[in-house]
Amino acid sequence: MNTDMKRRLFLKASLATGAIGMVMGTGLLTPRAVLASWNSAAFKAETVDVAIKEAMGSAATTDSAEINLDVPDNPENGAAVPVKISTTLSGVQSIALLVEKNVKPLCGVFHLGKRMKPMISIRVKVGESADIIAVVKAGDKLYSARKAVKVTIGGCA
Amino acid sequence: MASKSIKMKAKASNGETTVKVLIKHPMETGRRKDKQTEELIPIHYIKEVTCSYQGEQVLMTEWGPTISKNPFISFTFMGGAAGEKVELTWTDNKGGSETASVTIK
Repeated sequence: MNTDMKRRLFLKASLATGAIGMVMGTGLLTPRAVLASWNSAAFKAETVDVAIKEAMGSAATTDSAEINLDVPDNPENGAAVPVKISTTLSGVQSIALLVEKNVKPLCGVFHLGKRMKPMISIRVKVGESADIIAVVKAGDKLYSARKAVKVTIGGCA
Repeated sequence: MASKSIKMKAKASNGETTVKVLIKHPMETGRRKDKQTEELIPIHYIKEVTCSYQGEQVLMTEWGPTISKNPFISFTFMGGAAGEKVELTWTDNKGGSETASVTIK
């Protein structure tokens, strides 16, 4: 059996499980293993320090010029502010993205596989003019960079 | 695999593959009010997005509701050639989930 066939079988199997989940309709059959890794303490945190500590293991970060945070200065619309994080640091394991004055500062955590280049583009909500912060974990050390953005219309975040 | 919510493109060049993804999702923060009823719109957002290439996980992301509505994400990984597959799955806080697979160009 080639891999394609195996995949098909696997897909069939997973679709079947999905159907059972729908029948139950309660979400009780949601794959726990997947959801378990979502860091609720970090996303619930209301300050930048707590969020970084929960997400990355420590709030002690070193400012790094090797992190490039590409954000427009005046994005105007805070509902979708494009952010591009890239770094020349080697051995990047994960990246956390935060917006300082949002009610819940942590926007996302990106866990990079071995193949990944340390570069991610995404769009975030910015509630009011604030600093956008990137924290990079590389070689078990934490590095950070920040950039101020001014929004004219808040993004309800 | 067809997916209603995921639009994805993967392009290989110089030994790297760049993936661009657009997901249709409300990403409600739970703090927004319905303009007519003045009631809070329940929180509804994507929590996890994973991307794999040839069965190997290249990226796993955890999101909060402050990722923009109809999220866009772009990233690059080493390797990948035209004709190979990239797969992406999202899961939201209400147990919703969708998977899409595209062929690298």
